[in-house]
Amino acid sequence: MPGRGDRGRVKERPKDTKGTMLRILSYMMVHKWKVLLFLVLAILSNLGNLLGPRFAGNAISVAEEGYKIGVGAVDMPRVAQFALYMLIAYVGSNILSFLVHIGMMRVGRTIAKQMRTDVFEKLEKLPVSYFDRNQAGDIISRVSYDIDVVSTSLSSDVIQILTSLITVVGSFVMMCLISIPLVLCMVFTIPVSIAFTRMMSKKTRPLYAKRSAAYGQMNGFAEEMFTGQKTILAYAYEDETSRKFSDINRTAAEAYKNADGLGMTMGPTIGLISNIGLAAIGMGGAVLYLFEIVGLGQISSFVLYSRKFSGPINEISNIINEIFSALAAAERVFALLDQPEEAKDIYGAEVLTDCRGHVEAEEITFGYTPEKEILHDVSLEAKPGETIAIVGPTGAGKTTIINLLMRFYDPVSGRILVDERDHTDYTMESLRRNYAMVLQDTWVFRGTIYDNIAYGKEDATMEEVVAAAKAARIHSFIMRLPEGYETVISEDGGNISKGQKQLLTIARAMLYNTNMLILDEATSNVDTNTERQVQKAIRSLMKGKTSFVIAHRLSTIQNADQILVIDHGGIRERGTHEELMQKRGFYYQMYASQFD
Amino acid sequence: MKLIFRSMARYKKPIAIAILIKLFGTIFELLLPYILEHIIDEVVPAGDLVLVLSWGLAMFVSAVLCRTFNVMANRKSVDNANRSSYEIRQALFEKTINLSGETFDTFGLPSLISRMTSDSYNVQTVVQQLQTLCVRAPMMLFGGIVVSLFMDWELAMILVVLMPVLLLIILLVVRKGIPMFTVVQQKLDVVVRVMRENITGIRVVKALSKESYEKKRFGAANEDMTSQDIKAASIMAIPGPLMQLFLNVGLTVVVLFGAFRVNAGHMRPGVILAFLTYFNMIAMGVMGLTRIFMTISKASASADRIDEVLQCVEPEPKRAAISEHVADNAANEVAQDPADEEAFIVFDHVNFSYGEGSADHEGFMGLEREKALSDITFKIRKGESLGIIGPTGCGKTTIVNLLMHFYEADEGKITVDGRDVASYEKDELRRKFGTVFQNDRIFQDTLKENINFGRNVSEEAMWAAAHDAQVADYIETLPEGLSYEAAIAGANLSGGQKQRILVARALAADPEILILDDSSSALDYKTDAAMRRAIAKHHPDTTTIMIAQRVSSVMNMTQILVMEDGKAIGLGDHESLLATCETYREVYEVQMGALGAAAAEGR
Repeated sequence: MPGRGDRGRVKERPKDTKGTMLRILSYMMVHKWKVLLFLVLAILSNLGNLLGPRFAGNAISVAEEGYKIGVGAVDMPRVAQFALYMLIAYVGSNILSFLVHIGMMRVGRTIAKQMRTDVFEKLEKLPVSYFDRNQAGDIISRVSYDIDVVSTSLSSDVIQILTSLITVVGSFVMMCLISIPLVLCMVFTIPVSIAFTRMMSKKTRPLYAKRSAAYGQMNGFAEEMFTGQKTILAYAYEDETSRKFSDINRTAAEAYKNADGLGMTMGPTIGLISNIGLAAIGMGGAVLYLFEIVGLGQISSFVLYSRKFSGPINEISNIINEIFSALAAAERVFALLDQPEEAKDIYGAEVLTDCRGHVEAEEITFGYTPEKEILHDVSLEAKPGETIAIVGPTGAGKTTIINLLMRFYDPVSGRILVDERDHTDYTMESLRRNYAMVLQDTWVFRGTIYDNIAYGKEDATMEEVVAAAKAARIHSFIMRLPEGYETVISEDGGNISKGQKQLLTIARAMLYNTNMLILDEATSNVDTNTERQVQKAIRSLMKGKTSFVIAHRLSTIQNADQILVIDHGGIRERGTHEELMQKRGFYYQMYASQFD
Repeated sequence: MKLIFRSMARYKKPIAIAILIKLFGTIFELLLPYILEHIIDEVVPAGDLVLVLSWGLAMFVSAVLCRTFNVMANRKSVDNANRSSYEIRQALFEKTINLSGETFDTFGLPSLISRMTSDSYNVQTVVQQLQTLCVRAPMMLFGGIVVSLFMDWELAMILVVLMPVLLLIILLVVRKGIPMFTVVQQKLDVVVRVMRENITGIRVVKALSKESYEKKRFGAANEDMTSQDIKAASIMAIPGPLMQLFLNVGLTVVVLFGAFRVNAGHMRPGVILAFLTYFNMIAMGVMGLTRIFMTISKASASADRIDEVLQCVEPEPKRAAISEHVADNAANEVAQDPADEEAFIVFDHVNFSYGEGSADHEGFMGLEREKALSDITFKIRKGESLGIIGPTGCGKTTIVNLLMHFYEADEGKITVDGRDVASYEKDELRRKFGTVFQNDRIFQDTLKENINFGRNVSEEAMWAAAHDAQVADYIETLPEGLSYEAAIAGANLSGGQKQRILVARALAADPEILILDDSSSALDYKTDAAMRRAIAKHHPDTTTIMIAQRVSSVMNMTQILVMEDGKAIGLGDHESLLATCETYREVYEVQMGALGAAAAEGR
């Protein structure tokens, strides 16, 4: 569909079959010697399989000769000799095919492993915005399902296609050797088969792509609903949700039916074509026999080979279905791998060391989408060791400032300076490592408490971890756990409360000694008793550090060196608590309203 | 495994039809070579061109019929697989979404998700393949054996001896293979978990530059899974070639033994040739059977994982008998106790601890077995409000969990409107509530549907709720208004916007009971206060339970429950708590500060 600007409908764009195949091939190339070896072994195994019947035929011929002479006239030693050859050919062939099977399976699994690794490493390189836009379930379905499809296909289909090809070519050669006129009788089936396969693949491929997408969508929906299960129960929304799922489920089922329903006609149709070929051989052979061009024996063996010839063609059309779904799956994986990565460090970016913590923002403007500006012309300066409190109504853009400082996003215009240099001049890693951060959404992973606290500092000693936990006032809670610091927390924190998770992340930040600190509503979930202690700890953590604090509890920010009041994407007021209170402006109003 | 058969049994008829059609297709498929042989052996030597043509036509017709039947059968089988797996997924989804809190915790979210996704797919594949594969292979296998028995039973004995050996191999491998695939699935769960952790925690990972550490962590899980997968697949790779090997050895024995019998004059050499043909047929049948078993064994691990969820029996209500009693006497009881007459929500000496039904649960659920609530008692009258404050993990949320009957109290009684919560139909109870949980979710849908949540709330009611929740102004600035599409987990909304929309959701159906669990943490004081005022004004009959960290959020409530370690350490209104509850007074002073206290007095 050239010409028309259909950029928005990326999904329906014709798929790049060749490109996808080449990319899969590039994964295979890593194992090229192995694959080559297995290929040779597969050919040998096939050869053995072709030779087996021949030796069997020889043995039977010997028996037949003897049979014609009379009872007891069979040359048994020769029969035994051929039987031995036959055994060797077959057994050899079987052993080789076993080796090839295992070998290719390993290659397929290894490639799958590599793909999973690539996807994961890609995820680590993607900008944060990608995760804001995409469902975890959809990403995961690419890893758990799509890659599996590709791997299965690689393990079996490649060798099968290649061995089939050998058989096809081999038997075609034999057929030609037997009788060219007979070949001419059935040769029309070859182009017809090819044309048909091509036509079908054009039709089925987009259907398989749709199927993959529909499954991704279904999985994404299921995940979102499972995650919010309690809310759904609370609103007795189960039935409605199930009904919605039913729609999506049905769409996925339809997509499956469309793709596989059509795909499954392929095998029988190819079978029909080759059977018609067979009929043609029968009739053509009869005619040729009448004109004494071929003999009966020739027809018999020709038929035998033509079966060998058409058998794999049937198989191939089955395999082609699998390959299509594998290609569609691979495409989804590659689409993820092709996502633009997080901005790279500029050439010659320096490692930020001995950061003093001087941070300046010059007229930064930013919006997550081009249409909607979140921040407009915001400037601020934080001198080393200062505490900058950012307050303002919800949605004013406070969290966005943090996103920009950490370079999760880059401003549309304006720049941010750290120690008097544009912060893009530093390597991203070193810049981020100079901030300690406690975020609104606390995050823990499955692992011991120790691992969770020591997360920011490899090689942290137990003493350091305990000290951090004590400073975050969570030590005594930890000690009450059955296994103390070795207690394993389940994913998403399982049954520990949000507040305890927050204390853990505070402990994590405590351990991570930096000159700059970001607290995003860090204390808004900790109860007041604990908070009093945590505040003390955080205050000592903040000592000497340039700190950016977003908090709604005004008592926590009364001691700030500067308070920035953000409203509608701009700085509305700035100053210390006293200055702003005296001003009796926006801040004063916000402050007073808490006592309503 | 049972699941597969069960779901196939539901489609007995269409599956039988598919198999029958496939049977016809296969018959014609096997007929073709015989016609061809007949042409070559009998018709051609006769030299009758008309006869040749008519037999050729017969071939053509059977080829067409063969294709027609096979296509029909394949379509039918896809359709059957499709419908049955639709049902499995639907059942699984509905079961999962309805699981009790306790059971949900036991399975774990990631595991439930992978059961829903990859396991259900495996089952779908096998249901389809079973229908198409299970006709041809057995037909070839048993047909081949029968025919060869008729031809020369002594030679055929070789086959008869071989068959049990082959079956034994299949059995052994399947026995060993299935548990291995279960392990593979478990390891896959780990891979998926690590990935999920990274997706949800990407900001932390990036902020701490832990990318390479995470890569290592993922690498280990990936490696572990792959090696287990290779192990399982290696076992499963054995039967195919091994069976071929046996068959080929058998073939050689047939040739040798056949030659002996020819030599002895018991048999014509042509029989050996025919035997070889049938042997090939049998071999193909065996291969097909192996494939069926492979598919089954891989899918049966998945089927069992799905079945585990579908068949899981929710723990019996602990006090079912009492509940029924209460339901029966609900009216009487209220009348008998005049003090309770106006008590709308009652907690009567309630005790509770988490994790009882799941002693084997990993993590430190063990810890949670200490009491989450002990001896909690309070009453709220209709239209009044209860504020709950207390340290993290003191059991505030647990009160909501019990009140809404997500979990069942171990001891004591909880009644709503005079009836034990256990006596309500689940939805009947929950329809009384409008709830915002801690960390509640916005779903990927329009704001309208996020507020409506399937309850047929009128547009006016939605706007009224949005106004009360202080989010109407924001929605009005959106060009799409209520039709604005929220992203997954509300990613395109700020924390405060999310919380306010959640409150609007809770208010939209004008609930009898409003529960706000820490739902204003991301709101500034001004918005928070305005919201509370609006709720009090427009929902005077609504009974409110508000869990909060800020004293300012709860100080105007009718009653305030102060909690610590699952116990109530204070219950009363603001003034009386200031006088009687030391903790409450301290908290108040810390939060408001000297300045704040002065400002409050100045008003």
